[in-house]
Amino acid sequence: MSVAELAVAIRSGERSAREVTEATLATIATDDPSLHAFVDVQIDQALERADSIDAAVARGEDPGVLAGVPLALKDNLCQHGELTSCASKILQGWRPPYDATVVSKLREAGVVVVGKTNMDEFAMGSSTENSAYGPTRNPRDPSRVPGGSSGGSAAAVAASMVPLSLGSDTGGSIRQPAALCGVVGVKPTYGLVSRYGLVAFASSLDQIGPFATTVADAALLLEVISGHDPRDSTSLPEEAPSLVAHLDDGVAGLRVGLCTDLLDGCDDEVVHAVRRAAEVFAGQGAEIVEIAIPELRFGLSAYYLLAPAEASSNLARYDGVRYGVRVEAGDVEAMNVATRTAGFGDEVKRRIMLGTYALSAGYFDAYYGQAQRTRTMIIEAFDRAYGQVDLLLGATTPTTAFELGAKIDDPMAMYLSDVCTIPSNLAGHPAMSVPFARGAEGLPIGVQLLGPGRSEERLFTAATVLEAGASS
Amino acid sequence: MAELEPISADEVRHVARLARLELSDDEVKRFTSQLGSILGHAADIAALDVAAIPPTAHPFGLVNVLRADVVTASLDRSEVLSQAPKVVEQRFGVPRIAGEAP
Repeated sequence: MSVAELAVAIRSGERSAREVTEATLATIATDDPSLHAFVDVQIDQALERADSIDAAVARGEDPGVLAGVPLALKDNLCQHGELTSCASKILQGWRPPYDATVVSKLREAGVVVVGKTNMDEFAMGSSTENSAYGPTRNPRDPSRVPGGSSGGSAAAVAASMVPLSLGSDTGGSIRQPAALCGVVGVKPTYGLVSRYGLVAFASSLDQIGPFATTVADAALLLEVISGHDPRDSTSLPEEAPSLVAHLDDGVAGLRVGLCTDLLDGCDDEVVHAVRRAAEVFAGQGAEIVEIAIPELRFGLSAYYLLAPAEASSNLARYDGVRYGVRVEAGDVEAMNVATRTAGFGDEVKRRIMLGTYALSAGYFDAYYGQAQRTRTMIIEAFDRAYGQVDLLLGATTPTTAFELGAKIDDPMAMYLSDVCTIPSNLAGHPAMSVPFARGAEGLPIGVQLLGPGRSEERLFTAATVLEAGASS
Repeated sequence: MAELEPISADEVRHVARLARLELSDDEVKRFTSQLGSILGHAADIAALDVAAIPPTAHPFGLVNVLRADVVTASLDRSEVLSQAPKVVEQRFGVPRIAGEAP
């Protein structure tokens, strides 16, 4: 049953939100202890919310297009009065005094939030192993990581604990775990979804987006959370796009670029899946063009200077004064140092130091300035490509899900798992991962669709075609 | 672009101090090697001739976005303070920052 059908059943009174929520909570209670996708389950609040939706239906009111649909939120999305820690010790126990804009929009649409999902601390990581609460396991093979940083949100949907979840994607943190867990994950155009209430990591790259089991479910959720927000100065001026209405428009006549630079260094089974996806498009009347965009390979280095630079500034606010944890020490500076040293994990410290270094006198031009110019170079290369093709097709991740612990001691090896997803963040473009095939060990393989800014409608149409031709 | 020197242990200590982090000797050693490896990867972009390309700080170049100057409710003061580690007289409490008057 799709989430749209579920909401219709609840709005018509055929099913109750209470019954659906109870079933969801029971599944989480049974399945989550072995996977650890959730860091907080909001049992009482979810049931209370479900009852209010059922009461609205009984009064003849319309509780919204996602009435009674259970959803999980990444732990970096602020919810008024609910624990929000970014899986960091430094924010343990923090209850935000306001809702993120996406949380308000979900409420207006009738969603029942059931809890917060595990993540790499402050969204820094690609495996969800950098969590102060311990790792999440991949539902398809519990000896493997779910990807990251939104690993809990991906795993919760992949394990059918919830039909929908939200994550955030700064360099691939939605698409990479979606690919590794075998679900749909979307990074929207920068500015399409308000970042108000998303705890900041790298503000010029962060974007909130949906996880779902189907393209249609993801489209409906993205419609609900999109649209201009005066409380986010980087929010695009337009209203939410119409996605669901165009899912079945087909790809006849569409020019799809098979991007060879988004296949370089990928495992053979991944390359094979992407090439077969191209055949599915061709079979539906799209024109396939092989296209090289060699500039994309510089994205990784640019990203791992720009994102830490922005993070080093954004995370300066965790000083033990206004929220979160404080470790008392002699004077203010000693208290700041003691708090941050005890509160942040290794990966966060690494990125703060890397960013501080890249921004420091003597290195600013060589590292940060050079990375900003490289960012422009990549945007211009994308622009030239989109002069020739409507969409790009490539791998989401170079490999399928890796074993827990395999890359945790080698940051550079971990960062390489984001090599195919980073360019879209640098350009502010939308991209999504669609589950398409299974690898030799039965592990999911996702393929990635990329488009120019504001091309979500076309992306979702193409994703619908891929989904129909998938063998996963 | 000139060849960049690898980051040294002293530079890691300096950067940690700027970022208000304290590192043990073992951590200095480990982070020096890890940061060196990440910065070494950036040699690929250091070698690019991009001097003529303008920098990008924001993907769509929005500037001076202003909203209407309308008064709206602020966050509840006591609720905000309830989340602070220390509160003194309805304010955020911090260790003493000034010494005695000379």
